[in-house]
Amino acid sequence: MKPERTAWRRPAGLTAFAAGVALVGLLVRNPYYLNVAIFVGIHALVAVGLGLLVGWAGQISLGHAGFYGLGAYASAILTTRFGLNPWLALLLGAAATGLVAFLVGKPTLRLHGHYLAMATLGLGLIIQIVFNQADRWTEGPSGITAIPYLYLAGLPLNTDSRFYFLVWPLVLVALILAGNLTDSRMGRALRALGQDEGAAAAAGVDVARAKLGVFILSAVFASIAGSLYAHYLTYVSPSPFGFTFSIQLVVMVIVGGAASVWGPLAGAALLTVLHQVLANAAHQWAFLDGLEVVAYGVILVLFLIFRPQGLVAGRRAPRALRLTRPA
Amino acid sequence: MDGSGLPQFIATGITQGAIYALVAVGFNLVYSATGIINFAQGEFVMLGGMFAVTCYSMLHLPLALAVVLPIAAVMLVGAGVHYFTIRPLRRAHLLTLIMVTVGVSVALRGLAKVVWGADAYPLPPFSAGESLSLAGANINPQSLWVMACAAATGAALTLFLRCTLQGRAMVACALNRRAAQLVGIRVERMHMWAFALAGGVGAIAGSVLAPIALPSYDVGLALALKGFCAAVLGGIGSNAGALLGGVLVGLLESLGAGYVSSGYKDAFAFFVLLLVLLLRPSGLLNVPTRREER
Amino acid sequence: MDLQVRRVVTVVVCLLATLLLVAGCPKAPEDESSLGAGMPTRPTKPALTGEPIKVGAIFSVTGTAGAPLGTPEKETALMVEEMVNDSGGINGRPLKIIIEDDQSDNTQAATAAKKLIEADQVVAVVGPTLSGTTLAIVDTFEKAQVPLISCAASIKITQPVKKWVFSTAQPDVLAVARLMEYLKAKQIKSIAVLYDSNPFGKSGAEVLDKQAPENGIKIVAKETFESKDTDMTTQLTKAKAANPEAVICWGTNPGPAIVAKNMKQLKMSIPLFMSHGVANRKFIELAGDAAEGVVFPAGKLLVAETLPETDKQRQVLLDYSKAFQGKYGKSADTFGGHGWDALQLVIQALKQVGPDRAKLRDAIESTKDFVGISGVFNLSPTDHNGLTKDAFVMVTIKGGNWTLAEQ
Repeated sequence: MKPERTAWRRPAGLTAFAAGVALVGLLVRNPYYLNVAIFVGIHALVAVGLGLLVGWAGQISLGHAGFYGLGAYASAILTTRFGLNPWLALLLGAAATGLVAFLVGKPTLRLHGHYLAMATLGLGLIIQIVFNQADRWTEGPSGITAIPYLYLAGLPLNTDSRFYFLVWPLVLVALILAGNLTDSRMGRALRALGQDEGAAAAAGVDVARAKLGVFILSAVFASIAGSLYAHYLTYVSPSPFGFTFSIQLVVMVIVGGAASVWGPLAGAALLTVLHQVLANAAHQWAFLDGLEVVAYGVILVLFLIFRPQGLVAGRRAPRALRLTRPA
Repeated sequence: MDGSGLPQFIATGITQGAIYALVAVGFNLVYSATGIINFAQGEFVMLGGMFAVTCYSMLHLPLALAVVLPIAAVMLVGAGVHYFTIRPLRRAHLLTLIMVTVGVSVALRGLAKVVWGADAYPLPPFSAGESLSLAGANINPQSLWVMACAAATGAALTLFLRCTLQGRAMVACALNRRAAQLVGIRVERMHMWAFALAGGVGAIAGSVLAPIALPSYDVGLALALKGFCAAVLGGIGSNAGALLGGVLVGLLESLGAGYVSSGYKDAFAFFVLLLVLLLRPSGLLNVPTRREER
Repeated sequence: MDLQVRRVVTVVVCLLATLLLVAGCPKAPEDESSLGAGMPTRPTKPALTGEPIKVGAIFSVTGTAGAPLGTPEKETALMVEEMVNDSGGINGRPLKIIIEDDQSDNTQAATAAKKLIEADQVVAVVGPTLSGTTLAIVDTFEKAQVPLISCAASIKITQPVKKWVFSTAQPDVLAVARLMEYLKAKQIKSIAVLYDSNPFGKSGAEVLDKQAPENGIKIVAKETFESKDTDMTTQLTKAKAANPEAVICWGTNPGPAIVAKNMKQLKMSIPLFMSHGVANRKFIELAGDAAEGVVFPAGKLLVAETLPETDKQRQVLLDYSKAFQGKYGKSADTFGGHGWDALQLVIQALKQVGPDRAKLRDAIESTKDFVGISGVFNLSPTDHNGLTKDAFVMVTIKGGNWTLAEQ
């Protein structure tokens, strides 16, 4: 792929996307639709980061809901207990989450195999237990209420349409970051890594470091999304940050396609909305009750079997999800 | 507090540990044959318990039959999982296969909820009677059943894998898939057997646990996670390791809850999982790993 | 088409499809068939004219958090809608209850709330079922200025008082107060507390922590267990070592059943007290003979038959039980009762002031002497729950059935 061609095509795609986002934001007035759109955006932020990890480092995290929760609780606690500026709290939360990711990723990413998946699984569970048990800080399972709104230029982001115009530009920024990363030195290193780890190492790519970098980045994305969640709902409790949500995030990435930066976005949109549709359907026709959970599992399995590259295929299916195994 | 609680903590820890060990043995079976970490293992346990309850309270079968039938049923489920989801992907990357088992477990859990609802169900203990007092601990007769089942299953599987042709073929597939194929072992069939056996072991765990744990559709996940800790702690792939790991996780939980804090009971197990992964990823009983294969 | 463009197109198509799906998924406001679909066709009363008055409801009909408590609430709501419309509606206008399922999920509750308020334009909302889902949408209702009558019990819902938010569930503060009164009468001075680590258990433990010392009762051990734990002998052994005169277990099924069984296993013979979380048949089924002799505070619905004739609530309780049993062929439970009370509060207020959100709120707030399933409600600007500890009676399990515990 020649650089000069990418140079115009990406901005073109992004501009079209930005225009679409703005159009939706200006035309849609119904808070219910905006509410769904905001959750799509928040989920997309996490999924784009996780997509980098799956697509480019060939690793998977089963604990991203934990990082998302760390961001949410950092914002909740720092703003309600210490009266910190919400934006500062968001940054501190992101930094702390990055540090946790570093501590866990550093030793496990040195190893071959799926130790990161196992370690993040354990980490995610511990984080949720702490949310439940550390009452003094987290107020236990009943959660933290009255989280303040975010302010932008003196304007409280207390309506759906204002919040929409915070979340979606951030999604855009995340996409640009992810895209640039893909085309950067680190992105090339990661791509080399995805194709042949041995050859990449021989060519001077610090394999472990590149993987660690992308893992930390994905955790930070998740944390920021979590902070947004906290300020949007103005309430956090431990239940949304469990194993189930971690799995949903992975499903978003796989269904959307991990090899393209657009894939996780598409996956987040599709699954968040599918969730609504299935729930409404189950609600109208009682015999469908409970089947929406089954549908989740079945969709994941069907995608893995029949379209492992996801909805939005990239240059090629990422190593982790490629159908054929090197002999 | 004084030491009077210690015998009970140990007894509880070993009982719980035996359950985790049974789950861990199931993980091992699939892992050592296919390299896959089967996230649906917990669902096999849940299905075992729910089938037993259904056979007993809804079909009114005698208890012995109600406990044995689920084993065959869940073996079938295990084989089916392999046939419909793993086999079509036999050339896929390991990570894909692991994600497939996650999908299967979500689907099975959802189905169980549709079939049995969200309630828990009781099952009478295998042998009636008061709890036994032993060295200051009160032990439920059912706990003895759990321990016996764990030990017997672990031993039987080890014998099977070491001493029978079928078992050795299964191990061969794991050690070197291509070589196994070249000497005429039908690798896919072996993999199917591994899944079926894992289902069977899960069902044993599920039905022996049912009188103690009152199964509901969502017990699988918690058990799978603890069993997984046990498997990793002992060294995934080793059955002796699974037993050791299971008992260690059980004791850790029980002593942690007894002497430190019952609120962080589960966190202890997961924290040790993290520590082991960070410090000694091949587990305590250092089994040679073959993870670079794929 | 080159790759990049194709990818953008794919994403745009996905997003468009997404939007279409969103647009398609909430039932259009004029779609009247959606709710009535599951119900037997009711005879159209010519008396009902005009636009239906729309009341929203959010219940946890599905979801991972234990048994779906919202199911009886949903059934009660459907029943109430039918009853109201069969008996002349609300001042001649039909009542329409639009029910949403929050799947026991905070995020989903927020979305459902927005849908009811904005898309369906309801005058008030009853529910959600759970404390977590209620707290997740309190802010939405305060901002939108729509009355919310929750069916959940957390004290955080009604204290501090929020202008637009009410609750009809018996708060654990009152259950504990009733229990404390009973313990004092029984001369029990030291207790061990075991609680579920779910919101119900933790909140109960906090209240016990506060009320026990006020009543001269000492908590000598305090242990917790996870909702999915299969063995509580460790916690009980620890409790036993502290020599309490009684054990209090605060949780929801199946944990408390395992605690009762484990106490038998450990041959602990001190009395076992539980919470209103076990006021259901399932507990007796799960714990078997270990349930015998367990004493707990419960709403009066459980023992409606055995209440004295003089009890104000007796008739209301019996009527509700009979109607529910008749329609669904199963016995009514406390959670359905919360739904009943919440809806009756709204309907009473609607009949007084009509479908105006602000007037409705004021009318609900000034409700006095409303005899409901959970107790007799006396609301005020400082009390948005309105129940007292008389809402609870002490119940014990004898021969696999409930009876009033002797004082």
